[in-house]
Amino acid sequence: MATAVKQKSDVILQYLRPSKKMPSVWCAGCGDGIIMSAIIRAIDKLGYSKDEVVMVSGIGCSSRMPIYLDFNALHTTHGRALAFATGVKFARPELKVIVITGDGDALAIGGNHFIHACRRNIDITAILINNSIYGMTGGQGSPTTPSNAFSTTTPYGNVEKHFEPCELAKAAGASYVGRSTVYHATQMEKMIIEGLEHRGFSLIEVVSNCQTYFGRLNRQGDAVAMIKSFKERAVMLGKAKKMTEQELEGKIVIGTIHRADKTEFCDEYQRVVDSLKGGK
Amino acid sequence: MAEKKRVLMLGNQACVQGAIYAGMRFFAGYPITPSTEIAEGCSRELPKIGGRFVQMEDEIGSIAAVIGASIAGLKAMTATSGPGYSLMVENIGYAYMTETPCVIVNVQRGGPSTGLPTKISQSDTMQARWGPHGDFTAITVAPSTIGDIVIETIRAFNLAERFRTPVTILLDEVMGHMREIITLPEPGEVELVDRVRPTCSPEEFVPFEKTPNLVSPMPRYGDGYRYIVTGLTHDTMGFTTNKPAEIAPKLDKLKHKIEDYVDEITKLRVEKIDDAEIAFISYGSVSRAAFQAIDIARKAGVKVGGVQLDTIWPFPEKELVDLCSRCKRVIVAELNMGQIVNEVRRVLPPDIVVDSLLRYDGEILTPLQLLEKLEEVL
Repeated sequence: MATAVKQKSDVILQYLRPSKKMPSVWCAGCGDGIIMSAIIRAIDKLGYSKDEVVMVSGIGCSSRMPIYLDFNALHTTHGRALAFATGVKFARPELKVIVITGDGDALAIGGNHFIHACRRNIDITAILINNSIYGMTGGQGSPTTPSNAFSTTTPYGNVEKHFEPCELAKAAGASYVGRSTVYHATQMEKMIIEGLEHRGFSLIEVVSNCQTYFGRLNRQGDAVAMIKSFKERAVMLGKAKKMTEQELEGKIVIGTIHRADKTEFCDEYQRVVDSLKGGK
Repeated sequence: MAEKKRVLMLGNQACVQGAIYAGMRFFAGYPITPSTEIAEGCSRELPKIGGRFVQMEDEIGSIAAVIGASIAGLKAMTATSGPGYSLMVENIGYAYMTETPCVIVNVQRGGPSTGLPTKISQSDTMQARWGPHGDFTAITVAPSTIGDIVIETIRAFNLAERFRTPVTILLDEVMGHMREIITLPEPGEVELVDRVRPTCSPEEFVPFEKTPNLVSPMPRYGDGYRYIVTGLTHDTMGFTTNKPAEIAPKLDKLKHKIEDYVDEITKLRVEKIDDAEIAFISYGSVSRAAFQAIDIARKAGVKVGGVQLDTIWPFPEKELVDLCSRCKRVIVAELNMGQIVNEVRRVLPPDIVVDSLLRYDGEILTPLQLLEKLEEVL
């Protein structure tokens, strides 16, 4: 048992940037570490070289991830990660481009880039870490803060409705869409592998915990209590299809929600380039 | 040698030709009058040479994609007008901070706000210098003929690559939409500059190292140098920092890598300045009227000359002081409410009278208006 644990952590350590910048900015118990581990295991299993991986992020707690990992790291401006990533991928399509983004980063300030990256179906794997709150700035309401939930900018309960990121991505044209939680680390890892192997835009929403702000303001307990609640609230997609809307109230539907066979943006552009060369 | 082919060309098309000559292989943009022909030209020409064009969802995404492509190794450009430039400035600041070479064309129209989409203006001159928040040194060029647009666009790419910095090309509605007969440079005729790439091993690589000329070698993503690019203030390794001992050196680097080499950047055109008592100072399309006015006034015996600023930023203060040293008076002519005139006032000695001729009603300054101004001050 001890050996197995050691081997697992060895894999993680191989992919951390060999440097002075630890500890991370993340609070103890934050889901970001679980997600980072799942990403590392996925990349390790796929056998990608560190050199071919580009990790792009915007602004927020989770967007610090590229700085900790030993890949090509692009830590950009708030909400713009997918637009920067589009430039990187289109310029060098052979690179594996992963975008790390949060609910505020991807869906509020970056909402326009989000739907258009989905529409283009460019071969980028976006991991949207959804903790329903702005953590880095201290617990303000986000586009995924549920109605009536408390945050530092919804002190009387949220009067707004929330986004469903997976539904949004599917409607906008993403060709792989999945949802998991930080409790379901193995499923999440499998989904990241599928997303990376999928040719086209992949969105993986990972429901995560911010016990520091969301948990405290909404009396959901500590990190362990929040992560346990994800286990209790999670329903596999197959089962969810047989449930009524009322039965699904408060549940988190997990699994591969959407997968479509569509042409990819860089491939289609290359087809035009090749046809013009052929025409001369 | 065969005679060079002469072509009738639109200003915005000349910009595309210059960019492709310079090695641009990536363009991302968003439609906006009066710059759109640049995007259209790139969408048509780039796939023919294996380059890449993408129409992004907005100007914020356009400059972001351009920066991403440049970090991945391609020479990249975007083109816009005032409202689009306003949207881009946050990420232009990111390019200054991350020292990413790229070219931004602003085909100016009247402002503020949506302003005058189809009318000329030079009112973004200060925005090109001070658009993004924070301290940095900007490079901006402003051609005044269609032939110059080709040359200045090539120069903008060369400067961006040489200094690892964004460069703004200021055109205006008239420059963008005017046609002139020009001769395109032959391959090899104009020198091209490519960014310096690291030659050390990845293990020895210091991404933002303070080299003798302050410009750090820049690798492509994917070539083994797995470094951090961040808009947060960073140390020489690219790690974010809050240490005073690391913050000021980073900002000093951004300033001095350009300002200590300003001689490589400054470019002026002078007309009959040697014995001039009065000089017109102009840039962009106004220079055309200024040179014609000088020609006419000289025939009438007036000792007038002119200086055209091809490089606007960094402001060519040393050269301007030298060139105008014998003048009693200068007249700064520009299509705004007074932007460069204040720079001229700042740099010239107090015994030279600095006058201005400003127009900001969406129309051009004519040679006649410049002559009238001359008459008024004589």
